[in-house]
Order: sequence, then structure tokens, then C-alpha cells
Amino acid sequence: MSRSRFARHQRQTIVSGILSLVMTLVVLQLWLLTATMNAYLGADESILLPAALASAVCLLLNLGLLRYIYRLDR
Amino acid sequence: MDERDSQTMTIAPDGRLDSDQPRWRRDFPIDGPQDEYIARRDFTKFMVLTSFAFAVGQLWIVVENFLRRRTASLPVREIARLDDIPIGGSLVFNYPEAHQSAVLVRLDESHLVAYDQKCTHLSCPVIPRVEETRLHCPCHEGSFDLTTGRPLGGPPRRPLTRVILETHGRRIYAMGVEGRTV
Repeated sequence: MSRSRFARHQRQTIVSGILSLVMTLVVLQLWLLTATMNAYLGADESILLPAALASAVCLLLNLGLLRYIYRLDR
Repeated sequence: MDERDSQTMTIAPDGRLDSDQPRWRRDFPIDGPQDEYIARRDFTKFMVLTSFAFAVGQLWIVVENFLRRRTASLPVREIARLDDIPIGGSLVFNYPEAHQSAVLVRLDESHLVAYDQKCTHLSCPVIPRVEETRLHCPCHEGSFDLTTGRPLGGPPRRPLTRVILETHGRRIYAMGVEGRTV
């Protein structure tokens, strides 16, 4: 059996919850990317850096959740 | 529902515990519930990879913008003589690069407008329709206001890039371009 401290059905629930969080953040990033591309093509430079930082924060959150998934299986 | 408990693990043919199995066997489990768990876990990993790609895309836009700002200002170039274009007439010219076409329209005696010819939807060339005071994109029936370059209908949402013009004597010069979001 797996050595995880959680039972399989518990891990399934945890992964489903994490997946929904990750999906929400990815959709937010997609929206940021399309809005930023529109601004870039229209020569509006004001939002480029804040949008990039926001996307990086989303990535960091996602990486944190991914790390938790790896630890879950250990 | 399956009679087998969700915690039941089928023992692999070699008799070893799941945690001692090789990676490929753990990634392709025998039991349905475990397979569902693995599939969801791997999909989550793929979504994080997608998140990484989006973040790289954002960074790429920032870098591209930085490089664009570092390039020298656009050249001043003579396009035509005022006498060459009748009122209501138009002229296609290349600016700022040889492969970038733009369109110049003479609206009245002294009023000239010029825009990048690329439609802001999918880059088809726009065609001036002076009698309708608009620029028409034949690919997806987009249209832009001739005097401002702003979208009037169809798929485009951004105005056309405007070419800044100056007239010295009877000569028309392109001085630069102005991108806009609204």
C-alpha cells in the first residue's frame, strides 16, 4: 500500500480541490495574457508589467499547490 | 457502485507492495479508483505546466515591449505630393518598413489621414471606401471609421494604427505611427 498519511479517497478529494484552484488560476492567467496582448498591440504599456507580475504570482501559487501534490504521494 | 472498496489495491503479479513497484506500474494502476486519482493528479500537473507557459508568455510581451522601446524612432519619409492625390482619393504606401503597407486618404482640401493597412482582427488589408466614410476589411466584414480609424462593426475591437502625417509645402511626410487600444 501507499505510504501516504491520507487514504486514497481522501487524496482524491484533495487533488480535486487543488485541480479546481489551479484551473481558476490558469483561467485568470489566460485572461491576463489576452488583455495584455491587446494592450501591447495597441501600444498601451501601462499594464504590461503589473500583468506579468500578477501572472507570476499565479504561477507561484500553482507551483506551491503542485509541491503539495508531490508531498501527498510521498 | 463497484463492490470493491475504494481502498482495495490489487496486488501486482510480482507480489510487491504498490510503493515498491516501478514508476510505470504506479502510473498505470489496475484499480479504477486509483486510475482516476492518477489521471486527475497528472492533469493537475499539466495545468501547472500550462500556467508556466502563460507566465512565460507574459514575460515575453514585457521583453518585446522593452526591445520595441529601445529601437530608434521611426524614419521621416516623403510619401507623395499633395497634387498627386485628388480629394476622395487614396494611396497605398509602405511605412515604416518596406513590407508594411499603409493607406493614405485625402478627405478634403487639407485633411489627410493614413493608417496601417492591417486589420486589427486578423491582419487582412483594409480598403478605403471614401463615399461611405469607412475602411472596409473584406475578410470578415470589419469596418473602421475613416476619420478616426476606430472600429465601427465586425470582429475588430482595436482601432487601426495611425500613421502620423505632416505636410510641408505640397509634400506629404510620414513622421511615425501611433498604436491605440480605444
